Amino acid sequence: MIKKSFFLKGYSSIFTHDSPAIALTCCFVAIGALFKNLGFNIQESIFSTVLTYALPGSLVMAESMLIGASLLNIFLAVWFVNARLYPMAVSLFPLMMHKSQPKWKYYFSCHFIAVSAWLIMKSNYKQIPKKYRIDYWIGIGSATVSVSVIGTFLGFSLSEYLNKDMMMGLAILNPVYFLCMLIGASKTVQVTLSVLLGIILGPIMYLFSPEWSILLAGVIGGTIAYLVGEYNVS
Amino acid sequence: MSANIVYAILVTSLATFLSRFLGVITSEGIKETSKLFKWFNCLAYATLAALIARTIIFPAGVLIDASYASRLIVVLLSLFVFFISKFLKELALAIFLFARSSFCHNKFG
Repeated sequence: MIKKSFFLKGYSSIFTHDSPAIALTCCFVAIGALFKNLGFNIQESIFSTVLTYALPGSLVMAESMLIGASLLNIFLAVWFVNARLYPMAVSLFPLMMHKSQPKWKYYFSCHFIAVSAWLIMKSNYKQIPKKYRIDYWIGIGSATVSVSVIGTFLGFSLSEYLNKDMMMGLAILNPVYFLCMLIGASKTVQVTLSVLLGIILGPIMYLFSPEWSILLAGVIGGTIAYLVGEYNVS
Repeated sequence: MSANIVYAILVTSLATFLSRFLGVITSEGIKETSKLFKWFNCLAYATLAALIARTIIFPAGVLIDASYASRLIVVLLSLFVFFISKFLKELALAIFLFARSSFCHNKFG
């Protein structure tokens, strides 16, 4: 059903030198502590990490709950923040599609799409035969989710010992790690330009529309980068 | 309160899963060599970069209380270490390759 050797190969990618394990653990420690302060119990915290498994979404949920937003408001706010997962999925899953693999694998494993697993897959997929890429992906996803659960558990248990300064340190680690990984992944004109334009446009768009900023910056920056890349090639 | 938390978690995960699932459905009709795929690739990288830049400059959660200067210093310092270590790695590799080639040359030449 799932080819074990490729699953394990994917799972072991969490132990490489550029693995997101440390950054992920740190930010989920921060999330775990935040959940505890919000009044979640340990089951709810872990439940939330496993079911959502997207940091900005969890943060938005926590903030909305603090101000007592309605469920519909939470839904819309989270949907806006996590809409980035749509282009991420579309730019990853065509690489893994294979006729011989059952569809449920794809429907189930799309839950693992998050920056960390996405970046690992993007840098390694060429070494894996196309038929087994989905098994490799499920391995990566399981590994990153396990790390997140451990992080949430640690954060929840240690929240009394974490002061605000430590929480800040933990929280900034993840964006900084992703920034370095994105710059490391910038090897073609299109990707480099996309990353650069995204970094510039994201904060600028935020001044005009906080909710739409990420999507607008992504669409405008990405389209410009795509056109420039295509024009340069031909 | 407890039921509220569970509903909030379920609503959050549903909103998150929706984008992922729609992405997979769309992927079924897209070839990895197509222009559409390339465009989505650019979109994904740009969206991620925008999200990260926004998280650092206009953060949510605890980071709001960290000053702009401290956040900027952290990012610049990390990027500095990143580039230095990348440079050192390549330098070490170059020295290794050079040493190996000259060693082999002496041995066999």
